[in-house]
Amino acid sequence: MLTKRIIPCLDIKNGRTVKGVNFVDLRDAGDPVELAAIYAASGADELVFLDISATEERRRTLADLVLRVAEKVNIPFTVGGGISSVEDVDILLQNGADKVSINSSAVKDPDLINRLASKFGSQCITVAIDAKLIDGKWIVHLVGGKVPTELDLFEWAKEVEKRGAGEILFTSMNNDGTKNGFANEALAKLSSELNIPIIASGGAGTMQHFCDAFLVGKADAALAASVFHFKEIEINDLKIELRNNKIPVRL
Amino acid sequence: MKIAIIDYGAGNIQSIKFAIKRLGFEAVLTNDEDEIKAADKVIFPGVGEASSAMKMLRNSKLDTLIPKLTQPVLGICLGMQLMCAHSEEGDTTGLSIFEVPVLKFNNSLKVPQIGWNQITNLSTPIFSEIKELEYVYLVHSYYVAECDETIATSEYGVKYSTALKKDNFYGVQFHPEKSSDAGEKILKNFLEL
Repeated sequence: MLTKRIIPCLDIKNGRTVKGVNFVDLRDAGDPVELAAIYAASGADELVFLDISATEERRRTLADLVLRVAEKVNIPFTVGGGISSVEDVDILLQNGADKVSINSSAVKDPDLINRLASKFGSQCITVAIDAKLIDGKWIVHLVGGKVPTELDLFEWAKEVEKRGAGEILFTSMNNDGTKNGFANEALAKLSSELNIPIIASGGAGTMQHFCDAFLVGKADAALAASVFHFKEIEINDLKIELRNNKIPVRL
Repeated sequence: MKIAIIDYGAGNIQSIKFAIKRLGFEAVLTNDEDEIKAADKVIFPGVGEASSAMKMLRNSKLDTLIPKLTQPVLGICLGMQLMCAHSEEGDTTGLSIFEVPVLKFNNSLKVPQIGWNQITNLSTPIFSEIKELEYVYLVHSYYVAECDETIATSEYGVKYSTALKKDNFYGVQFHPEKSSDAGEKILKNFLEL
């Protein structure tokens, strides 16, 4: 049976993890490779690296990081942040990334999804969508959720699927950082209206929130950062809890 | 031991190279006929779309070389699918090592299947010390039904082949290089055949 995936997300700046991490057993808490290896060994199903650097060298730094991660880590990983061309994706996949995630660049140039899917296959193209519920409507936002667009979450998600995305990473800006749970109603709607996997993001605070994302939100995977980085939730404990709730997981 | 990874421009090869390195072996990436023939083990990777991958194989004449190889050959993911007779993806003929078709998953399922699924009915030495219902990582939209060559099955809407074997040819639908310790063990078993 296909299992539900648990995905820790690592924010990267200039090749280093940024969000404070609370791993006492880490030699170098800023080293994404070491952190990734620990997550892989502790039962994470997949990893996401989100690059937030804005320097001239960021492309090369990120490509180098991908190569170092691929060398050490034996589970799949996705790379996102500032990816805007076929060439960007080519180098990241060549260096060992399994998937790339695009966000703002897809909104600005929707045909990019088609070009990437036809060159590399849908299976490695994740489209990340940040959306905020405003007056009863889910509005797609850019730049880490700061800039609103005209796009409706569900319409955009359907377009993204049609253009060849293999998966959608949906972050609710209303929930992100609150630790009050995922946006399950919107997730469930996405999951029922689309035919590609949906990753839930934003709002994880407790193990129950993950159960809800899968049982109520019908998500195929759930992504979180701080609850894992600060060891508020151990991945193995989480998976036991999910299994107790009859949610299929890899344990 | 000489390990050749067939290079025809298809997808994520770096991860396979690294996985082999973690196991203590070295692999060369090559499309050279003599080098491939001389290798002790051949890995036939593949990520991407079937008909364009077949074109690339034909352009480099690898489509005639691969079926004639006599050493153990392991097709991974699209590599396994291309070893079959025909694929619904891009309606292309394959290498016909396995005389079975590659079909698209039913539309009632989420496609691609992305994630960890279980393998069962395991046979042949490549699954030595791998437990029934072990988890492996899969990313695919097309599948091979159960057939005489099936050496592992999984279920995604239908029961299907997650691994095939005929003579010296092995194919796995999953990514051993991304399937954690179990995947590395399967890769090691293949390299030690």
